[in-house]
Amino acid sequence: MIRAMFAAAFSLVALPALAAVEIQEVTSPGGIDAWLVEEHSIPFVALEIRFQGGASLDAEGKRGAINLMTGLLEEGAGDRDAQEFAAEVEGLAASFSFDVYDDALSVSARFLTENRDEAVTLLHEALTEPRFDEGAIERVRSQVLSIIQSDATDPSSIASQTFDGLAYGAHPYGSDTSGTVESVSALTRDDLIEAHGRVLAKDRLFVSAVGDITPDELGEMLDSLFDGLPAEGAPMPPSATFELGQGVTVVDFDTPQSVVRFGQPGIDRDSPDFFAAYVVNQVFGDQSFGSRLMREVREKRGLTYGIGTYLVNQDYSDTLLGQVASGNESVAEAIDVVRDEWARLSEEGVTEAELEAAKTYLTGAYPLRFDGNGPIARILVGMQMEGLPPSYVNTRNDIVEAVTLEDANRVAAELWDPESLHFVVVGQPEGLSATN
Amino acid sequence: MIRRLAALAATCLALPAWADDHVTTFALENGMEVVVIEDHRAPVVVHMVWYRVGSADEPAGKSGIAHYLEHLMFKGTDDVAPGEFSDLVAAQGGTDNAFTSYDYTGYFQRVAADRLDLMMELEADRMRGLALTEELALPERAVVLEERTQRTDSDPGSVFSEQRTAAQYLAHPYGIPVIGWRHEIAELTLDDALGFYRENYAPNNAIVVVAGDVQPDEVRALAEEHYGPLEPNPELEPRARPQEPPQLVERRMTYSDPRVAQPYIVRTYLAPERDPGDQREAAVLTMLSELLGGSSATSWLGRQLQFDEPLAIYTSAFYNGLSVDDTTFGLTVVPAPGVALDEAEAALDEALARFVEEGVDAEQFERIKMQVRAADIYSRDDVSALARRYGQALTVGLAVDDVEAWPEILQSVTEEEVIAAARTLLDRSNAVTGWLTGPEDGDIQEVTQ
Repeated sequence: MIRAMFAAAFSLVALPALAAVEIQEVTSPGGIDAWLVEEHSIPFVALEIRFQGGASLDAEGKRGAINLMTGLLEEGAGDRDAQEFAAEVEGLAASFSFDVYDDALSVSARFLTENRDEAVTLLHEALTEPRFDEGAIERVRSQVLSIIQSDATDPSSIASQTFDGLAYGAHPYGSDTSGTVESVSALTRDDLIEAHGRVLAKDRLFVSAVGDITPDELGEMLDSLFDGLPAEGAPMPPSATFELGQGVTVVDFDTPQSVVRFGQPGIDRDSPDFFAAYVVNQVFGDQSFGSRLMREVREKRGLTYGIGTYLVNQDYSDTLLGQVASGNESVAEAIDVVRDEWARLSEEGVTEAELEAAKTYLTGAYPLRFDGNGPIARILVGMQMEGLPPSYVNTRNDIVEAVTLEDANRVAAELWDPESLHFVVVGQPEGLSATN
Repeated sequence: MIRRLAALAATCLALPAWADDHVTTFALENGMEVVVIEDHRAPVVVHMVWYRVGSADEPAGKSGIAHYLEHLMFKGTDDVAPGEFSDLVAAQGGTDNAFTSYDYTGYFQRVAADRLDLMMELEADRMRGLALTEELALPERAVVLEERTQRTDSDPGSVFSEQRTAAQYLAHPYGIPVIGWRHEIAELTLDDALGFYRENYAPNNAIVVVAGDVQPDEVRALAEEHYGPLEPNPELEPRARPQEPPQLVERRMTYSDPRVAQPYIVRTYLAPERDPGDQREAAVLTMLSELLGGSSATSWLGRQLQFDEPLAIYTSAFYNGLSVDDTTFGLTVVPAPGVALDEAEAALDEALARFVEEGVDAEQFERIKMQVRAADIYSRDDVSALARRYGQALTVGLAVDDVEAWPEILQSVTEEEVIAAARTLLDRSNAVTGWLTGPEDGDIQEVTQ
């Protein structure tokens, strides 16, 4: 779950600045909206589709239904069973990938220009006429159960699931999208059909296409692709409340290295202070950047291989999360350093030099994200889900540049709150007491 | 759905014929090779320096030194302060990182195309000018130990893989993990790292790959300016590792770990690699791996073990011929609930025997060849991946011509060749078979209904 959250977080800050990326807004004859970037130099199209709501739309008592349903979309549709369907897709050298996370069901597709119509017909069948054959259900159910059981003995999964459970309780964000062994074992074919109807509907659809296709061709394609999908799906989930406060939770697990998930409430994506927080986090905790946490925990003390913090914006919750792994004998020290740095940031803020370095990096790195049809399509669909206009690609760097030291340090003091910071530690940490 | 299990497998299919027009190569006088891959869609460039040295070239008892040195390469030179390398790249909005494998060590940056000059200046500087102290090197060794704990010791699947690989190679250093054995990492010194560095990091042991919005002439001029003045190492020895003797006896192992919830079987056969001017055998094995276990729904093992009789929830075959010395061809079977590992393995052996007997499914073979053709098109969209593939190929001893000939060789593989190769390869006296199990005997994992 956390993995999906981080992915979502990146997509919303990862947006274009390339003059070369010309986004066209396309509306199909049937009224479906999409964003398009034409790129005719390579004869294929990358297509990204999102159905908002995702796994959070699981019906009461049916946790995991949407995840299992998603896994079955490629397991037979229309007249073809799973093997026949796969053989058709492979024979076209197309690829369809279906996934689901807290806030959306995602479809990533790519297909060659030379057989685009055949590929679109198959994808249309997968989206609108999945068969949910009994054999396929049992096969995919076994795979899901295997993953659930493996997660139960995986320290990172235990850490994120424990953190989410404590933070969100009964809200869908509080449990894993896969469901439990019990809930998944109990799912019926009817549950899957219902799950399909809850999520795959036109009223929550976002589409982007990048590649060898014109706006007119895309318009026609959209109408064929989504023909027959219901107009409306299930109501969106309620808002989530982040219920964790300051403290340390230890989950005993026999492993040489403790895995730590930590976090506190974050900041709304629409807040005028969001970008100040974003730049400050770059200074403080970006894992691939020379951040304060990487310097203090890894480089100076050798306590970990990697540490990072992220502003995570989900549809119903905003958090500031981080993770680190450190040997059982050293993890207490690593946590102390994180706490101290959290407090120091809140009290002292960042320096002018740090702020400038982060801004230079962020504005320079922005155009580098647009390096292929697939990546650009993912960025465009993410922008639409965030409610951003196409022009954002040209204004985003200016917004980053406009963050002043005063803004940054006011937001650092307001947001980074050592008294809200909670650590979930999975392992056998030495010299660390749980507060629960 | 089962993408996470699929991470167990990796097979490399194809490379562009398109390369003719977009790939340029040349060499500098000091022996450094340069590959330029043009992609003018976005003003971005990837700059990679590949050294023809990896963990399989380490001195005995010093496992992990190649990887430890890779970490230390970010710790400064006479002109660049510790950690400043990455800061300078970040100040250009760029990202950088590095990787170590058995046969190569690589460093790369992704930046705006007009910053290539500075990237070359930085890489050239640290190719010969590393300047380190114990105060910098010691905490980094602790970081490497944490990395090993995180990636290997904390993950039973990785421990299992490490043990299987060690059993696979009796003589060849491929049996030693790239990151190193823990007790040897803990004793590595700065002098070890610097000795390894001075011997192996030189322009005549390096390949530079530049991919993106650049012109070959401009790259040549910059490379001559920055890398041209570097002195080659005239003492550089040809790579000569102890070679693996033929395997005569089947090897088996069972690893039980309480952290394992899902048992599985992995079998690897010792197999030939791609050689310059002689890639046919490897191409046949690549097609064999696709036929046996490329797609869960349509491959031979998928159909036999996951569909016809649901004895497994996942199967795969994997083979990567990009290797200096003998590599492996692998099979994975993840049994369905209630199916014991011996039962799953027996079904695997039976399916393999039937494959050799019944021959190749012509339609499936045609679908795979269609995907090889398409890979040629799709790969142009990811120029960083192309850069990696050229770097890998060249560091394991292939030439650019070999890389460009590869897709056609794959297309020309016949059904008869595949079956003949399978008949020779799939012999358990040439294999290591490992069982990974949970805490009990691991034979049966019941699902609570």
